[in-house]
This record gives sequence, C-alpha cells and structure tokens, in this order.
Amino acid sequence: MAIFIQQIVNGLQLGLVYALIALGYTMVYGIIKLINFAHGDVFMVGAFVGFFGYTVTKLPWPVALVIAMVTCAAIGVLNERLVYRPLRYAAKISALISAIGASFFLEYFCSLNFIFGPNYISVTLPLKVITWIIDGVRITNVQVIILVTVVVFLTLLQLLIFRTKLGAAMRTVSFDHDAARLMGVDVDKTISFTFAVGSGLAGIGGVLFGFAYPEIWTFLGVMTGLKAFIAAVLGGIGLIPGAVLGALIMGQVEIMTAAYVSSQARDAVAFAILIIVLLIRPSGILGRNEPEKI
Amino acid sequence: MKRMKWVALLLVVLFVFSVALSGCAPKTQSKVIKIGLIVPLTGDVATFGSSIQNAYNLALKQINGQVAGYTIQTVVADDQNTATQATAVATKLCTQDKVSAIVGSATSLTTIPISVVCEQYKVPFVTPTATNTKVTVDNGVRKTYAFRACFIDPFQGTAGATFAVNNLKAKTAATMYDQGNDYSVGLKDAFDQAFTKLGGKVLDTMAYTKNDTDFSADLTKVAAEKPDILYLPDYYQKVSLIGSQARNLGVKAIFMGGDGWDSSQLNWTAMDGSYFTNHYSADDPSPQVQKFVGDYKAAYGSVPDALATLGYDATQIVLKGITDAQSTDSTKIRDAIQNLKNFQMVTGTISFGPDGNPVKAAVVLKVSGADKKSTFAARIQP
Repeated sequence: MAIFIQQIVNGLQLGLVYALIALGYTMVYGIIKLINFAHGDVFMVGAFVGFFGYTVTKLPWPVALVIAMVTCAAIGVLNERLVYRPLRYAAKISALISAIGASFFLEYFCSLNFIFGPNYISVTLPLKVITWIIDGVRITNVQVIILVTVVVFLTLLQLLIFRTKLGAAMRTVSFDHDAARLMGVDVDKTISFTFAVGSGLAGIGGVLFGFAYPEIWTFLGVMTGLKAFIAAVLGGIGLIPGAVLGALIMGQVEIMTAAYVSSQARDAVAFAILIIVLLIRPSGILGRNEPEKI
Repeated sequence: MKRMKWVALLLVVLFVFSVALSGCAPKTQSKVIKIGLIVPLTGDVATFGSSIQNAYNLALKQINGQVAGYTIQTVVADDQNTATQATAVATKLCTQDKVSAIVGSATSLTTIPISVVCEQYKVPFVTPTATNTKVTVDNGVRKTYAFRACFIDPFQGTAGATFAVNNLKAKTAATMYDQGNDYSVGLKDAFDQAFTKLGGKVLDTMAYTKNDTDFSADLTKVAAEKPDILYLPDYYQKVSLIGSQARNLGVKAIFMGGDGWDSSQLNWTAMDGSYFTNHYSADDPSPQVQKFVGDYKAAYGSVPDALATLGYDATQIVLKGITDAQSTDSTKIRDAIQNLKNFQMVTGTISFGPDGNPVKAAVVLKVSGADKKSTFAARIQP
C-alpha cells in the first residue's frame, strides 16, 4: 500500500510540472487558436536561466525563479511579436509551421557553445534535500516546494483572469477579436500579455523541473512539452482548469504505467491517450462538444 | 619582376638545401620497418588521438626506435574521427607506404572501416580502445588481421558481476538500462547472465529511453525490492540523474556501472560509495602501472589517461609481434601477434582469444564523493 501511495506522490510531482507548461499551451490556444510549439523550448530556457541563476551567480533560488520567469515572459512576448503577429490573420497552417520553426530555432540556438552548450548538465540543487517518511511514504521538501509554488501561481492566475481588467480583456479577446476591438480592448497588447503570462509559468516550470529531475539539456523541452501538450488536449485545450486536470491525470498515467505495466510503455500510453481523445472527445474532458460554426 | 626574382632565389636555396639534406641520410641503412599510426588528431575526439600518439612515441623512445634489428619508421595519419577519412588513410598506409603493421584507431566508428581495409591488404592492426565487437568479428566471421588491446563491452558486465558476488558478497541485484544503446544493453545482458551464474538473483530488469528524466516509478519498485546492487550500465550524466533520484526515494543498494562513468562530471555526492569497472587506474599498485605512470609523467608532465595507457599497450603488442616474427612480413607479424601468450602489458597480462580480443583483467574503481574522484578497488581476472 505504501508503495502505491509513493507512486501517486511520484505521479503528482510529474503532473504538477506538466501543469505549469500545459497552462501556457492552453492560454495561447484559447486566445488565438494557435498551438505554440515553441512553448516547450521556452520551458527549457527557464530551466537553464534558473540553473545559472542559483549556481553561477549564486542568487537565492526564489530570486533565480523570478528571473527565469521574467526572462521566459520576455522570450514569449518577443516570439509572439516577431513570429506569430505577422501571420496572425494568415492561414492557420502558416502560423503552425512558423511555430515549429521558432521551436527549432530556440533548440539549436541554445545549443551553441556561447549560449547554453549542447551537453547534458547535472544540476546541483540550491537547497538541501530533506526527506520525511510518513508510513513508509517518502516526501521531499522539493516536492512540497513544487506543490506550494504551483498552488500559489494557480491562485494568482485565477485572480488575474477573473478579478482584473486585463483578465476580462483576455476573456473577451478569446471570444472574438473584432468584437473585442469594438469594445475598446487593445487586442495586440492583450495577446502579448497572454504570451507573457503563459511563458512566465513555463519558466517557473523549468526551474522546478531542474529541482525535481536534476539534469537539463537544450532538447529538454521537446518530450516534456509534448506531454504537457497532450495534457492540455486531454483536459480540453483552451480551458485553464482543463490544463491542470489533464496534467495531473497525465502524471498519474505515466507513473502507473511505468510502475505496474512496463517502463517501456509509458510514452506509448501517453501518445495513445492523445489519439483516443482526438478520436472520441476532441474537446477534452472539460470541453463542451460544440459543432463548428461556419 | 622583382617578386619573380625573389621566388627564383628562394627555389634555388630550397633546392640546394634539399640536396644537402638528402646527402645526410645514412647510406648504410639497410633494415627499416614501417609502422603506421592512425589516430584522430583533429575533430571531435582530438584529445584521444594526442594521448595515444604521446604513448606511442614514449614506447618508441624507450627502445631507441629499434626493434628486432630494424629501425622503425613511423607513418602518422589523421583519421579526423570520420569513417571515410579512416578508409582513405588506411588504404594509403597499406598501398603507398606499405607499412608492416598499424596501431589505431581510437573509436569503433573509424576502426571498423580500417579493419575492412587491413583485411583486404593483409596488414595486421591493433586498436588501443575500439570496444565494439564488430571490430574483430563481423557476422560471425573473424577478421584475421584485427586485434585490440582493450576488452570488449560485454566483458565489463561479467567483471562487474564477479566483483559484486565475490568482493561485495551481493545476493540480489536489479538492473536499469537504456534500451536504445548497444553499449548499455551489452553490459546489462552480460551482468545479468554472470550474476545469475555465480549464484545471485536478478530481481528486476528495467528499460528506459535516452530522453527519460523521471525514473521515480521504477526506483520506487527498486526501493521496495531492496536489492544489494543496482546495476546502471550507462554514461555518467544519466547514472548521476538516476542515482540522485534513487537516494531520494530511499534506495539503499550499492550502485555499479561500467567505463561510461569515467568522467569528472559524475554527480559525486549521489554516487558516493559506488563501484564501476574500467580499463585501468593510475593508482593501481601493480609495478607495471606505477612504472608506466612515472615514465609518462616524466615525459609529458601529466598522469596518463586510459587512452594513453591502452595506446602504449597496443604499441607494445605490435613491437612484440615484430620481435617474435623477426621479419617485416605482415602475415608473419600477424601470426606472431595471434600466438602471444601471457604477454605482460601495463593494463594486465594478455593472451589473444581466437576472435582477436585479449583475455585480460578489468579494474574496479570506487567512487569517493568526499574528494570527488574514483580510486582503485580491485582487479578482476577473467
């Protein structure tokens, strides 16, 4: 029984990291109906910036976390400004292809020796790992930090979206760009802001990922980003609670597959979920099935 | 016009010098033996090449460039660690320079093409460090002119299992390996087989892929199974990651691995107290190792790495082959190398099996987290 609960804890840790990335996918999709494939790589940049922050410059890790968050937000905004905005009203496929281009650019640019370099880096944790054993279940302070950080930022996000003017603008733009513009909402600014928030969350995810799985390299965002994307689709892409729910389910599914089926099957199961969701319920668990209006 | 004059003058001077120099060459020289040295001197693994070349030069210097009454003439070739360049330079050495034997190259990537060329022109070669089985045997067919100074990948698994059972008194083990990496799979298979054969029990075998970062599910199982040994045959960055997650999840097993761990980038804290098999250790107390380390230090001012040591041994094998054959004939040298019995080298005493792979000892190193290095623990005889 203790082992089963331990596996749930393992899955929760993985799911919470996925949640921070999935939020960015789902917010961007909600507002401009674009799957931002470069998002996983923004997450990678967050992991590196955080790592350099608390090792090379020896900043306290919460400061490094904020710096990573700000850097990623800036990259997200820049990415939107340079790559997506010129194509905003072009065919969907053009925007998607340029997103893939942006993703490759970030991966290979960061692999250059004077940026992050192509090698795997072992992360030395900025804090001492403390383990509590409760009825045979081991919980570390890193896991608690991840849980607390995710809960805090989720609450802030909910407040931002439902209690502020900017949040109202975001919700308006997600319904209809033209109508929002008629209501006096600055659409471009709102979209930039959405990218900033989504990318900032990915930056936090990156730093926490470095804590939980202390090895980072420049292609880190590819697989992790894809899994988070599946989580967003599973929960219902475009919906913020859906992203969190999907991510938590993905974390459990992966860990339980590895624990009780086979560790070789975990990726296969993850991608099978994507296919099954797209076939049976394309709008996801929390999404409403609406016929496409033409 | 003025420039033309200068060029003409330069040519004349060069011509005079070349005539003068050629006159200096010893006319009495009758017996010369040519040895080829193929190493990567440029490219991604250039340090491998320079280590081997240093060791080769040291070996020749110690015998004043003379072997069996011949004066050694070395033809150095750079393979740039690419397969095409290796084929080109090996062909050149065999056909144009007509070398009697070759030392090289460093990686399996270049040594496999070299083995094909050498087989065609019947020139024996000894590679210091190419560990892939295909270097000497391809599809069950022995390449008769191919030899190596290092052991092959699977032997490390066997040596690791022997050490676990005999020295650590281990009864149970679990293994985790990268299913997409031949090196990892080879070591895992050999370890599992040998460990079972020696009376141990392999409780669990778990595969992962190269890009996996979360091992918590598997490691929770390992923590519950409580094996004595957790065998991790992979490269240093992956085992560091697995190691630190394992300790956080309460895995108490001793970690073991292979030469892929040999890096300064290993996570010393997490891997403290672990053991791994390797080709050689500079603090191995055996007199051969200490003498070589001393000689190498005196000549180059640094401690020789495994590549230098195996480069030295590969050179010794070629020289011994020439001495035994007393001939510059490639085929005779090849037979002499094949027939070496209990030949004393730095990394151990070797005899060649029928497959061209040496039967020799492996070294086990213990990881010490406190001083961030690994030290000699034992020598495992085959």
